[in-house]
Amino acid sequence: MAKPDNTSEKSSNALLAWFDARLPVTAFWNNVMTGYYAPKNFNFWYYLGSLALMVLVMQILSGIFLTMHYKPDAEMAFASVEYIMRDVEWGWFIRYLHSTGASFFFIVVYLHMFRALLYGSHRAPRELVWIFGMLIYLALMAEAFMGYVLPWGQMSYWGAQVIINLFGAIPAIGEPLTEWIRGDFFISDATLNRFFALHVIALPLAILGLVMMHLVALRENGSNNPDGIEIKANKDENGIPVDGIPFHPYYTVKDIFGAGFFLMIFAFVIFFWPEAGGLFLEHDNFIPANPLVTPEHIKPVWYFTPYYAILKAVPDKLMGVILMGVSVAILFFLPWLDRSPAKSIRYKGTWYKILLGLFTIAFVRLGMLGMAEGTPAQTIEMRIWTFVYFAFFILMYFISPGGKTKPVPERLTH
Amino acid sequence: MPTDGVNKKRRRFLVATTSVVGAVGAGFTAVPFIKSWKPSAKAKAVGAPVQVPIDALEPGQILKVQWRGQTIGILRRSEETLGLLSAVDADLRDPESQESDQPAYAQNEGRALREEYLVVNMHCTHLGCIPQMIPEVGAQPFEENWKGGFYCPCHKSKFDLAGRVYKGVPAPANLKIPPYSFLDDSTLIIGVNPEGAV
Repeated sequence: MAKPDNTSEKSSNALLAWFDARLPVTAFWNNVMTGYYAPKNFNFWYYLGSLALMVLVMQILSGIFLTMHYKPDAEMAFASVEYIMRDVEWGWFIRYLHSTGASFFFIVVYLHMFRALLYGSHRAPRELVWIFGMLIYLALMAEAFMGYVLPWGQMSYWGAQVIINLFGAIPAIGEPLTEWIRGDFFISDATLNRFFALHVIALPLAILGLVMMHLVALRENGSNNPDGIEIKANKDENGIPVDGIPFHPYYTVKDIFGAGFFLMIFAFVIFFWPEAGGLFLEHDNFIPANPLVTPEHIKPVWYFTPYYAILKAVPDKLMGVILMGVSVAILFFLPWLDRSPAKSIRYKGTWYKILLGLFTIAFVRLGMLGMAEGTPAQTIEMRIWTFVYFAFFILMYFISPGGKTKPVPERLTH
Repeated sequence: MPTDGVNKKRRRFLVATTSVVGAVGAGFTAVPFIKSWKPSAKAKAVGAPVQVPIDALEPGQILKVQWRGQTIGILRRSEETLGLLSAVDADLRDPESQESDQPAYAQNEGRALREEYLVVNMHCTHLGCIPQMIPEVGAQPFEENWKGGFYCPCHKSKFDLAGRVYKGVPAPANLKIPPYSFLDDSTLIIGVNPEGAV
């Protein structure tokens, strides 16, 4: 047998050395991948961060290809989207990839945020990770809203009308502010054109910057884990956490498996159920925008409906808008509202399971009611769940410091 | 960097003043970009009055036209409809239109220049949707004691057939009445006050 030929390895090493002397390629790889030790007990919930990143990349790529055919002009926008759907080769696929991707982005992000509530991932020292995450969530909501306006269908038009007029509720500056946002006295071509600019340039750039800050802040302290214990508190003689494993290859392989599973479901929806029965793409949005007629049943896309229900529950314009704003803003304060000595739900008492359970039901129910017709009985139910939604935060602040906990172990369990 | 003999007070003063000048400069630079979002000269120019022929309008019919991008409804009301207006006064938030937006000549019970014709900006004063006209008198899913009016599909605001808002709905004020006048008995002009009116 001949000696193993290792010249190619040598030359690749030489190439790498050439780069390393000019750009810290190996150092960066070691720092963020092989030399980064993550807790060994990540479960299902820890797929969602990497999935969110993957969906972001898919949205950017499919979005770039959509802009090649789309026309941001009130006269042409609707027709250009239908042109993409019917005449552009594989256009329907790229469009559905993007529209379904938006809904999946929110599914992933909501589950990702729920993970933080389960295991206390937003607690000290990771408050900034949570805050950057919340800022991403806000930017994502703006991004999704503006994207939904672009096809210039009935729901695009009237959704924009309602959302922009929310700012009109602000005393004194409200009216001029809405005019400034629209760039006209009504929703018009000027509005569509600027939303296009914000949707394809400004907000994606902001989101990418925030994602970077989210990750840098995360890596500073390392990931939390289902036990809510700091693995860095327990290191071996080499300074490596005894309960940590290198991110690469262990979690890269796990995340690739998760990505594969996710893509299976995602592909199924794109190919067989892209409108999700009116949930992902509403039926009224297949009718061109008509400023003279408001659709009979107007509602936002599913990911906004919990907040929409809170808006609808209040019989006063300004108060409704304020309460809706507060319902999002209060999430920013979560790291300081939860004062329990234990981070993870595993070591918190029954009180937290009940609180979180009620909050989850309230959020889901509000989401369902936000889409509903709005009978008087539903309005009363919306008010009850709105109350439960806010009670979660207030009760947590008062119950968590004294609430029962189980002893938190020194080391990770598995 | 050697720090001996540094006048810290002066250095702090210089840093502060430079920062302030820089911030003011950045503020002024932002003005053109912020102002570029305002309605353009072209958008402002599209505001001419609209003439509407109303001779074909039957009692109970509504005609919708656009004026300055707003949907304006012209409803010809029957005697019967006008008679029912005062029946709902107690359920209204602002029955005398004290806190609502209309020209002085339309601040009356029918909110109109000529009672027969209601000329109204159709956009809900809540968030700008267009309420549907439901003229039938009788129980409705959203109101048991319905005397005919407008119902907003977006957030369930209710108005009577003079555009006056009901109590307990999100809309804060009555529907707006635009300035308008009659050129003659069969032509309405929206955007022009009657002669002599302010």
